[in-house]
Amino acid sequence: MNIKILRSETNTHQSYTLPAGEIPLLSALVYIKETQDATLTFSAGCRASVCGTCAVRVNGREELACSYKVKPGDIIEPLQYHPVLRDLKVDKSKAQETLRRGTTWLQQFQESPLSHEDEKRTEKQTDCILCDSCYSACPVFAVNPDFLGPFALTRAYRYTEDKREGNAKTIIDNIQNNGVWDCTLCGECTAVCPKNIDPKMDITMLRSTSLQYGHSDPSFAAQSFGTPDFGGGFGFDPNAGF
Amino acid sequence: MIDVLIIGSGGAGLSAALAAKEAGASVLVVGKMYPTNSQTSMAQGGMNASLGNMGEDHISLHVQDTVKSAKGLCDEDMVRHMCADAPKTIAWLEKLGVPFSRINKEALQNDRDPNASLKTIAQRQLGGASAKRACYAQDYTGLKILHTLYDTCLKEGINFLDEHFLLNLIVPEDTVKGATFLDIRTGEVKQIDAKSVILATGGYAGIYHGFTTNMYGASGDGAAAVLRAGGAVSDMEFIQFHPTALKHSCILVSESARGEGGYLLNEAGDRFIDELKPRDEVARAIFSQIQAGQHVYLDVRHLGEEKLTELLPQEVELCKLHEHVDPAHELIPIKPVAHYSMGGIDVDYALEVNGIKGCFAAGECSNAKVHGANRLGGNSLLEITAFGRFAGENAYKHSIYASSKPADETQLQKDRREIASIFSKKSSISFYSYREKLGSLFYKKVGIIRENSRLQEALEEVISMQIAQKEMGITDKNKTNNQNLIEFLEFQNTLLLAPAIISAAIARDESRGAHYKVGFEEEDEDFKKHIVLQWKRDNQEGESTL
Repeated sequence: MNIKILRSETNTHQSYTLPAGEIPLLSALVYIKETQDATLTFSAGCRASVCGTCAVRVNGREELACSYKVKPGDIIEPLQYHPVLRDLKVDKSKAQETLRRGTTWLQQFQESPLSHEDEKRTEKQTDCILCDSCYSACPVFAVNPDFLGPFALTRAYRYTEDKREGNAKTIIDNIQNNGVWDCTLCGECTAVCPKNIDPKMDITMLRSTSLQYGHSDPSFAAQSFGTPDFGGGFGFDPNAGF
Repeated sequence: MIDVLIIGSGGAGLSAALAAKEAGASVLVVGKMYPTNSQTSMAQGGMNASLGNMGEDHISLHVQDTVKSAKGLCDEDMVRHMCADAPKTIAWLEKLGVPFSRINKEALQNDRDPNASLKTIAQRQLGGASAKRACYAQDYTGLKILHTLYDTCLKEGINFLDEHFLLNLIVPEDTVKGATFLDIRTGEVKQIDAKSVILATGGYAGIYHGFTTNMYGASGDGAAAVLRAGGAVSDMEFIQFHPTALKHSCILVSESARGEGGYLLNEAGDRFIDELKPRDEVARAIFSQIQAGQHVYLDVRHLGEEKLTELLPQEVELCKLHEHVDPAHELIPIKPVAHYSMGGIDVDYALEVNGIKGCFAAGECSNAKVHGANRLGGNSLLEITAFGRFAGENAYKHSIYASSKPADETQLQKDRREIASIFSKKSSISFYSYREKLGSLFYKKVGIIRENSRLQEALEEVISMQIAQKEMGITDKNKTNNQNLIEFLEFQNTLLLAPAIISAAIARDESRGAHYKVGFEEEDEDFKKHIVLQWKRDNQEGESTL
């Protein structure tokens, strides 16, 4: 069977022939590198869908190379919105910088004996392997490269929802600019997550928490609906008294 | 000049970084990948600590189990240190926000005990343990600890230098002054000066290429660098084989599958071993079945779909993906493969490398003598966090008094020439085929059941591979992002460690833990010691000291 891989040096899709049979894409890439073309460059680690290293795009959709089974005619390309270092290998540092900007860590520990149900509240979110698939699939980056993006916001949600977090407000404050309100809720992130995480839902939840902390949707506030501006967030202000 | 240079950004490296920073050191973490890509992400089963949350347990029982499994080869003081630190280490991780799995204890909801939140951490029993002692986060324990450590490193402003491959330690006059690296992105060789160095570079079980649960790149880079720099390695012959890896892909099925009640069956449907025995015994029992022509399966069907999805979600997915079986309804075909290297860089009580002052080693790369001849499941995540922190503190202490005069560029120039020569050399033999050959050679002849004649054959083959290595090189001549070059350097490291592993296995004429030798099936009191290997000063041949 044949597959095509986007090579960065020539910016063309190069065709490779693989033996027939069902194999993971990562095995196919390794096979090509070992036997046909040692210059083909990609990143890989665990082979078991847990280290987050090998995400690429297959026919325009994000996949972990170690868990995607190759099909004839597949077109393999690097992740979007990441600078391509070479072939399928991208620079993830800018994307990971969103974690720092979003201050997605436990701000202040408070003693709180968690229950099994508490564990379940953020179990999915903590399955994130930082493969950057969601970041690559997010169309907001096409217009706003400074967007915090899905995985950083999912991680923000994970810490704000942890009962051990004694200062969730700091995280919420830090994800207002280029953050929760910039998402278009298109759900592309959710569709491609290899761990079945739902960043779209997490962002929706963060919006509601943001409102509770007195923030408001800046685009909503800036829009004119032809009615007088009452200020204070139009009924969403928890301090407004009604 | 930075105080503490940490090489390796997995669980041990990140724990070391946080501890060194907390102590007051300036810290830099250098890794060949991104921090969260490390092998730590693959640890599933759990992390031991005698919290006693699920029934009676005590530190002394944890010590006892570890010592028993180590078969006389551990250092009991180090084991005591690690086990005593375990509850404190869990408490530390809890405060960082690690999402451990929980049990419900209603009475604790209004508890004013400052450690109340520790008491709801769920624990399960792993092989060789006398109690439910392993704290876990479903079957993503390593992943969730690693990512929480990483988040905390970002919080503490730890500096990272990603995609830098360790070439050599800089060790003039037996004291470390830094290290040289290949910047993978640019292809430049760089020197980083430091007052103290911590190696947290992971294990070397990747030498069993094609027969290992390890990730690509588990090539013992740190241990190889230590040998080249004149330091010592020890217990290299002790390679742990994990009893249950998926038969075709060698992907790990966590011990927790057996811990939760999974059975091992042969083709006749018979159980043939107590599944909760230590890993060495279970692996040998399975291997013997396979040698006798049997297929071996893990049976977790009786646990039911709901429990499996709850406790082993990752396993269920991996079985479906790689073996096309649904563990809720079908048997899982398995085989034992190389999983963990118990030996490694020889360190003293302070985790300082034997032979190199100011250089410390923690985690799987180091031999802190806590695992001995057989590591207990749940003790490696404990080792990386507890001893990672310990190494961080000690490296900081060393840095206070260390000279801040940087080393000259002798090593740097040497390594630049070496890399340049790899580029200019013609490659007539593909090292990739030799990587495969080395992997299967080790599985067949330096594997679960060993024999002196076969070990000798393996040694000869390895030596001929080392000769052939001169004809090997890279075909990708691009300077930047050259993964072909990195894989070649990794292969060179495994080929450098290979004779150390085999020689130690030949020298050990007995059976102990993971090292089982035909003709010498019993433990021999005379071998109740470590085999320490160090290169002679002229760097010509290995010197073994028993």
